[in-house]
Amino acid sequence: MKLTGLSASLGRWLDGSGPASDVVLSTRVRLARNLAGVPFTHRAREEQLAMVYSSVLSAVRKTPALTQSLALEMRELTPLDRQFLVERHLISHDLADNGKLRGLLVLPDESISAMVNEEDHLRLQALASGFQLRTAWESVNAIDDELAQDLDYAFSDELGYLTACPTNVGTGMRASVLIHLPSLVLTKQIGRVLQGITQVGLAVRGFYGEGSQIMGNFFQISNQTTLGQNERETIDSLERVTKQIIDSEQRARDELLKDARVQIEDKIWRAYGTLRHSRVISSQEVVNLSSAVRFGVALRIEGLASVQTLNELLVRSQPAHLQITVGRELEQRERNILRAEYIRRLLGEGGSVPVVSN
Amino acid sequence: MQCQICGKRPAVVHFTEIVNNKKSEYHVCEKCAEEKGYHVPLVKTKFSVGDLLAGMVEQPGSAEEARVGRVQCPKCGLVYSNFKESGRLGCSECYPTFRSQLRPLLRRVHGSTKHVGKTPVRDAARVALRREVQGLHEQLQKAVELEDFEAAAGLRDQIRKLEANDVRAVEGGAT
Repeated sequence: MKLTGLSASLGRWLDGSGPASDVVLSTRVRLARNLAGVPFTHRAREEQLAMVYSSVLSAVRKTPALTQSLALEMRELTPLDRQFLVERHLISHDLADNGKLRGLLVLPDESISAMVNEEDHLRLQALASGFQLRTAWESVNAIDDELAQDLDYAFSDELGYLTACPTNVGTGMRASVLIHLPSLVLTKQIGRVLQGITQVGLAVRGFYGEGSQIMGNFFQISNQTTLGQNERETIDSLERVTKQIIDSEQRARDELLKDARVQIEDKIWRAYGTLRHSRVISSQEVVNLSSAVRFGVALRIEGLASVQTLNELLVRSQPAHLQITVGRELEQRERNILRAEYIRRLLGEGGSVPVVSN
Repeated sequence: MQCQICGKRPAVVHFTEIVNNKKSEYHVCEKCAEEKGYHVPLVKTKFSVGDLLAGMVEQPGSAEEARVGRVQCPKCGLVYSNFKESGRLGCSECYPTFRSQLRPLLRRVHGSTKHVGKTPVRDAARVALRREVQGLHEQLQKAVELEDFEAAAGLRDQIRKLEANDVRAVEGGAT
């Protein structure tokens, strides 16, 4: 099984480090690129897709920073493996579901990855822990420059990087932060904040990006536009807005504590107790309860769990992760029991798997 | 919850409409939703980003729309109506082919139709040169409007010089 390395460890973006990591779980910057002279993925023939895959693979092999990367061809993976990669935020549902020649190239620490033959030929992404937009942009930008030495990108002076969907044309960049906003949700200010975000040209999505549900008080905030602004300006404006949101989350938190500290602490400890002692638990429950515990960590309540442990819990208690850990497919009922066992062990002992560094 | 329109059947379609920054919530039953023509994207019809995008710029059902829908990309064969269904273009050449249809759409989506970000490293020098030329063209236009012919003449010479470099760069790149 090719995924053993990934499943037995935790990507560096989940290690709970990085600025504001108690509010911002992770930062992601992705660039959409296509090869000149080849139709976009959905119009390309099988041999053209194969050509794209081998060109990207060979360019990656020539890039010193990427020599360690794993190459995974989607057709060679089981549906469970693909679901695992979706849960790990490394591939999209779209890449997982399609029967065509598609692939993922990923560094063992998951800091850089590339989806090949998704909507665009190449979707290059940098993932970082906490609130690190500039760092993530700089690392994906450097890799992009390296790859451009070998790959002839579809580019026009007027419209920039040409993409299958005109919503990405230009920089092809989507920068996003996965942010945890329990106080704004509890104080019912979240609607106003989200409305403000969309008014300044940013988009709000759910936990797994486009088209996904809002859950566990997590929101993914990203830029919406890719023309008329350069990458740095886009990153800066997302950074400014995110800072404001973090500030308003903190203000809401102070208000809450002033009015109802004991009630809040009670909610948090009850959530912790359920996670720590339950015998049967669903994914959705884990997401909601761990959100409450994360809130407690942000409030500096002692004796809960580290941010890293909470990140691990959130990611590794998902269905495909559990099944890959035990090495077989499980019915939902079995999963819920196994999940509870895993979480009891994790919270009892602290983090259970190593974080990878390259 | 009951349907807001008929008040009889249970509301199964819930959506939020934002018009001019004014938010309204709707809860209606499937039948009323269909009658009112509200999309029921996840339930019945296939949700189409393309229609949504294209709907921003065109009046549906016009003869013009039918004509535009048949415009075809010479490179990949995609017709504009395909794009409207899928929201995806077929190849790089679709951009110049559907330029006049895409421009208003890009303006709506991005507020701009101009790339100002990075360029692929191999092309960087040439693109910088072209941007400089374009900037000078804009200055030239202004100078002419202001009837500052002396400045205009200077700008024109500068443009010619840079364009000569560009041609050399292109020829150099092709060999």
